Amino acid sequence: MSRFAARDKPLALLILALAAIGLLILIGPVLIVLLTSFTTSQALRFPPPGLTLRWYADLFDPARSAQIHVAAGNSLAVAACTAALSTALATGAALAISRSRATWARMAEGGFMAPLVLPGIAYGLATLMFFSWLRQPPSFGLLVAGHAMIATPFALRTIGASAAGLDPALLESSAILGASPWRTFRRVVLPLIMPGVAAGAFLAFVSSLDNVPVSLFLSSAETDMLPIRMWGMMETSLDVRVAAASGVLVAVAFLLLVVMDRAVGLVRRMAG
Amino acid sequence: MSERGAWRLALPLALAQLLFFLSPLLLLAATSLATDENLDTASLAAWRDVLGDSFHRQAVLNTLRLGALTVLATLLFAVPLALLHMVAGPALKRIILLAAVLPLLTSVVVRTFAWIVILGREGVINSTLLSTGLTSAPIPLLQTEPGLILALTQIEMPLMLLPLIASLGRIDPALLDASASLGASLFRTLRRVVLPMALPGLLAGATLVFASASTAFISQSVIGGGRLAYLPSLVWQQAMVVFNWPLAAALALTLMASVLAVAAALSAVGRKAAHV
Repeated sequence: MSRFAARDKPLALLILALAAIGLLILIGPVLIVLLTSFTTSQALRFPPPGLTLRWYADLFDPARSAQIHVAAGNSLAVAACTAALSTALATGAALAISRSRATWARMAEGGFMAPLVLPGIAYGLATLMFFSWLRQPPSFGLLVAGHAMIATPFALRTIGASAAGLDPALLESSAILGASPWRTFRRVVLPLIMPGVAAGAFLAFVSSLDNVPVSLFLSSAETDMLPIRMWGMMETSLDVRVAAASGVLVAVAFLLLVVMDRAVGLVRRMAG
Repeated sequence: MSERGAWRLALPLALAQLLFFLSPLLLLAATSLATDENLDTASLAAWRDVLGDSFHRQAVLNTLRLGALTVLATLLFAVPLALLHMVAGPALKRIILLAAVLPLLTSVVVRTFAWIVILGREGVINSTLLSTGLTSAPIPLLQTEPGLILALTQIEMPLMLLPLIASLGRIDPALLDASASLGASLFRTLRRVVLPMALPGLLAGATLVFASASTAFISQSVIGGGRLAYLPSLVWQQAMVVFNWPLAAALALTLMASVLAVAAALSAVGRKAAHV
């Protein structure tokens, strides 16, 4: 901000100071969780009195943390299915919207994005009421259906941006050369929109892994989900294993972020 | 893939949303107008209970207030960060973007847990205050509204920061130089050049933060607002503990209506500003 005169210094400094505090607020808690997960203390004291790996050993112990392992397995399985379903639904919708300039396409896009602003807790309760009205007991499939409704808008955003950049002339050339619509999709369209599809699948996966409002109402003893189990541990005992589990999740998020950013420019897509 | 047949590709998502998104919400509305979850008898009892009871009215106000204060708190830090991103070099730009995206990819439960460690009796803030002698006893931060707003500021900030960065990224830096060389102060440049361009991102961010903060069940229940009750925890209690489904449905719809009203108001502001 050097191009501004001396009278602007106080405001420029204030902006810089607030930005610095903002960065600290964003990153600080993540680092604090990581450090806490190595504490020797039974309590969540900060700074930790000493460092140890015992909470990670506890967390990975198959006998002592069996319930956490079951919940983590369920969460990963539901997230994988949700990502596949959301990506397929969003890719179709994104191609349809990008091929049309009609009003219906703009309206449909608005409708497809609606789950983003609807309070999750209201939708979670609605799914519970709907499935119990249909006499469907809580199940893996219903969790996937509920998660997918919330996750699809995230996938649609990145896939839609990729599909909007498709050159219609390429599709026409492919058709004129005798390719079937399916072949055109597989050989021309999909390779071109692949970065958007991969980013979208990743965001849908993360959205499902992180989902609380739907799991809160639809998970049961057999389909316990990781965020709900961790919430229970936080409410009751403040078990330090929550810190170790958080440490694992932070490390995985960071690794995936680096990999996805290298592969498909994820960070740029999320700010674009 | 002909132009005319392309709309069929949107059918699977449209049908899925109709079946698994719209139908549950319609059933939610129907349940709020019944005496119980079997939907045999119509009744306005649940709505009388929500709108006529001062405890429930207060919970609605608490929730709206929490959403509004979180929006303001995220703005306070996200606007300077987005401005810094606009003028920063590539390395700093990257750090700011990573700082915005990483929390978004870490579970809300993890971010909420971090704030327990920060706000607790032996947490980061209290041990700093005690060791510097600023206080003689730990001050309560968990189970207070300021503590919850502070936590939500971090938890929701990426939702404000990313749209703001996207909006400000469309500003031509030459515009800022032009404004400065014409003698405008930094404040005037921000107000007359940057703010109008930032407005769409700001309003989109405000809508997302408000919607997310007012429905943040885990943060609200674990970090808590002390004696303040918020709608999401009332919805959960009525649905899963008391099993009064019509009341739970009416409370959930009240939350939904509040969030949608705020989203509509913000989008009206955006449309009005676009015409000026």
